Amino acid sequence: MSTYAFDYARAQSVDEALTLLAGHDGEARLLAGGHSLIPAMKLRLTAPTLLIDVSGLEDLAAVTLDGGHLAIGALTTHRAVETSELVRTHCPALAEAAAGIGDPQVRNRGTIGGSLAHADPAADYPALVLALDAEIEMTSRDGTRTVSADDFFVDMYTTALAAHEMITRVRIPVLGHGEGAAYAKFANPASRYAVVGVAAKVSLADGTCRAARVAVTGAAPKAFRATAVERRLAGRPLTEAVIAEAVRGLADPNELLSDLSGSAEYRAHLCEVMATRALREAAARAA
Amino acid sequence: MAHISITVNGKRHEADVEPRTLLVDFLREHLGLTGTHVGCDTSQCGACTVHLDGRSVKACTVFAVQADGRSVTTIEGMSADGALHPLQEGFREEHGLQCGFCTPGMIMAAADLLQHNPDPSEAEIRHALEGNYCRCTGYHNIVRAVQYAARKMREQATVEA
Repeated sequence: MSTYAFDYARAQSVDEALTLLAGHDGEARLLAGGHSLIPAMKLRLTAPTLLIDVSGLEDLAAVTLDGGHLAIGALTTHRAVETSELVRTHCPALAEAAAGIGDPQVRNRGTIGGSLAHADPAADYPALVLALDAEIEMTSRDGTRTVSADDFFVDMYTTALAAHEMITRVRIPVLGHGEGAAYAKFANPASRYAVVGVAAKVSLADGTCRAARVAVTGAAPKAFRATAVERRLAGRPLTEAVIAEAVRGLADPNELLSDLSGSAEYRAHLCEVMATRALREAAARAA
Repeated sequence: MAHISITVNGKRHEADVEPRTLLVDFLREHLGLTGTHVGCDTSQCGACTVHLDGRSVKACTVFAVQADGRSVTTIEGMSADGALHPLQEGFREEHGLQCGFCTPGMIMAAADLLQHNPDPSEAEIRHALEGNYCRCTGYHNIVRAVQYAARKMREQATVEA
């Protein structure tokens, strides 16, 4: 057998899932698409005693436009994000990033909520939600709370999500006039995980950058914002020269991962290259 | 043990399985449908690709209990009344295989593509098969096999219409 033994329950409602979760004292895990959790279980990195299958909770699999936000249900598959007309219209960078996750079979199963909860350091969505200034909505039997993406990622595989909570929705501000976003990834050729991926969002006014958000995944133990780069871009026209100067030294190799996919120094270089590509595209879209 | 009921290739199967039984092991060991192969067992190579409710999935990364009440199609369900599916025919005609280990998964992944894109470009075919590894062919004849099938399926659709 590929994993340790566990019990399995299929939740019929969010309440039922949360009750089961709360009743198992951190030993239960929610199962959505399973494309992070099942591989981790097969490696025996995690051994939940109960899997609570929430994949049938269709209310959490919808994308809606909610005021100035896209509200993406936690159970929305990567494929559904990739093909959603709402996402393609209001936040094309997110649809493009979803289209680059894994492969079609993975995108048919994996979900945005599951990916965020797992917080793999090489996953794509963390960079997107950071750059797009998203909010993560989490629910437990105590109620619902929302944290900004900035406060969500704590460390490798570790987030602000408590053991008794589930992610229910991701809220992303729709792009306004003069705003553009893009994602550039250097993917591992086998897994399509990001060796380095950079998401950028810029706001332009009269050809000048009013504000920029730049976020990096794959490079470090957790996705992070390149705040120094963001500061260097503010108030300047996004020319090639300005972007090249701003991204220089984006990451310190001493703080980056070093593994079979690439050394820390290699990743530091990739951070600059991918940030340049993402910013160039985001600026072109904002103009 | 969990009691499950899964429709496989149009036929309903009931069984008691351990929740940790993978769908691919259920298909191969409980039902004897060994056309679905286990390659890497880490959701990368695509040899175990089957359709779950019409969409391609890697059966090494789905527990059988997750498929309870759902419908699964395997390579054994692709031919109808003894006639090869156009994809099966294409792989034969275009020499889309050498050892054949990856072929069932390739066909199931390509079938998902052709369901929603009946006339894919070469680039679209290659992108759609990113989750399936072949270590023999270099992929060129696999792409030709999918193009053959797409052509044939479009012709069949025209005749039927």
